Amino acid sequence: MPLLKVDKLGKSYNTETKVLKDVSFEVGSGEFVSVIGPSGAGKSTLLRCINRMVEIDEGNVIFDGQDVGSLNKKELRKMRTNIGMIFQHYNLVPRLSVIENVLHGRLGYKTTFQGVFGKFSEAEKEHAFFLLEKLGIAEHAYKRCDQLSGGQQQRVGIARSLIQEPKIVLCDEPIASLDPNASKVIMDYLKSITMELNITCIVNLHQVQVARDYSDRIIGLSKGSIVFDGPSYRLTTDSTDLIYGTTTTTVEKRQLVTV
Amino acid sequence: MNEKVIRNQRKWQTIIFVALIFVLTYLSADITNFNIIHGIATLPDAVTWIFANLFVTQETLERLPKILEKLVETILMSIAATTTATVISFFLGLMGSKTTGTSSVLGAFARFVASVSRNIPVVAWALILLLSFGQNSVTGYLALFVGSVGFLTRAFIESIDEASHSAVEALKATGATYFQIIYKAVIPQCLPQMISWILFMIETNIRNATLVGILTGTGIGYTFDLYYKTLNYNAVALVTLSIVLSVIAIELISNHIRKVIL
Repeated sequence: MPLLKVDKLGKSYNTETKVLKDVSFEVGSGEFVSVIGPSGAGKSTLLRCINRMVEIDEGNVIFDGQDVGSLNKKELRKMRTNIGMIFQHYNLVPRLSVIENVLHGRLGYKTTFQGVFGKFSEAEKEHAFFLLEKLGIAEHAYKRCDQLSGGQQQRVGIARSLIQEPKIVLCDEPIASLDPNASKVIMDYLKSITMELNITCIVNLHQVQVARDYSDRIIGLSKGSIVFDGPSYRLTTDSTDLIYGTTTTTVEKRQLVTV
Repeated sequence: MNEKVIRNQRKWQTIIFVALIFVLTYLSADITNFNIIHGIATLPDAVTWIFANLFVTQETLERLPKILEKLVETILMSIAATTTATVISFFLGLMGSKTTGTSSVLGAFARFVASVSRNIPVVAWALILLLSFGQNSVTGYLALFVGSVGFLTRAFIESIDEASHSAVEALKATGATYFQIIYKAVIPQCLPQMISWILFMIETNIRNATLVGILTGTGIGYTFDLYYKTLNYNAVALVTLSIVLSVIAIELISNHIRKVIL
């Protein structure tokens, strides 16, 4: 049984345009999947339907045997603790310290009282430092997040999602605001840690080449529909054309892939 | 060619705009029988009167302790009105913000309360409340309170939406509860901005308190009114001076606090 099953998912924000149309796929445990597609193809919406940050209009999302769309508030909260999320703009609380931001990942396991008064156990704090160590930012633990570079902030975001001990991590364009060096560092960490901890990872990406380099499998999204789904090596120039709606001559096609 | 057309258009727009302002000024002055020349001509006389009458003398200084007592009372009342309004506004702000609002009905309610209390001037509030509460300090306090709630709610909604949208999204995705999100993301991120607004509100309220005091017969405004109506202009000068000095002092203090926290 797959960890995540998306079945005929449909979503529209207004009556005229459908952001997602009849999207179906399955993701198994430990898979590293990239979702590629042009801006406005519905990548972010797809990701946010999985943990129901946006409501599901049509179809089902089955995560870990539960129908995400039919969960009540409490069940949804419990389910979200199993799903880590990483954002393009890191979405940290900039005025708080790195360690405080990392511990926010544990809030889902706490009662409101424990969370509000910041009652975190020693084990949780040690876990937080362990993750910061692993991500190479332990020396910044007590710095405010707004003093860190973009790449470092994204690593804090990764630590925050991993401390949830999630079964899956959803990454919404994690490297879109970073320079090539920082992007490589972030993707390397994502790949190695999720592999080591056997966490499933779904990454929205703009760069086709990054998707090819890191992921086992690529899903191509265009205008709300899946137009490609298969192992990375099977992504041909024809399929990238289909995803991005470009019609290029053979010479340009080669450039597109090697960008 | 194209550039020339645009330039010509711009020139005409400017000319028409300036002409419109002249016409509007002339019309409104004409309708209200207001003579600008006459107004300017009487200015020297007014200045002469101010210098001839509004100065602090030795004997008015004897009244200083009484005036200071009233002044302190007014300042404390302004602060009390602001801090109590802050508590109400904080919850209205949470309700009205798109980021932290839980239902559209409550959101609309919060924005409605804010808009009504903000769009009716403090002076009007003072006069309305005067009818129901009579001439005492409660009336003055309530007038400032209502005005502050309107302004602060609006300011808090903006601060919350601007500062914490992304962090709220992230915490929601981790499975955090509503109050955890408020305490761990919204408050840490918005607090400096909110304190800045509160300080601004205290300054504004101290200034408004004088006017409200004249109308409701409380605090320093009443003292001002009393001396003014008994033609004791020297005492009026002393009251004015003390108000100005205290407002400047409060402004300097809050600017300093702002610099430290932001």
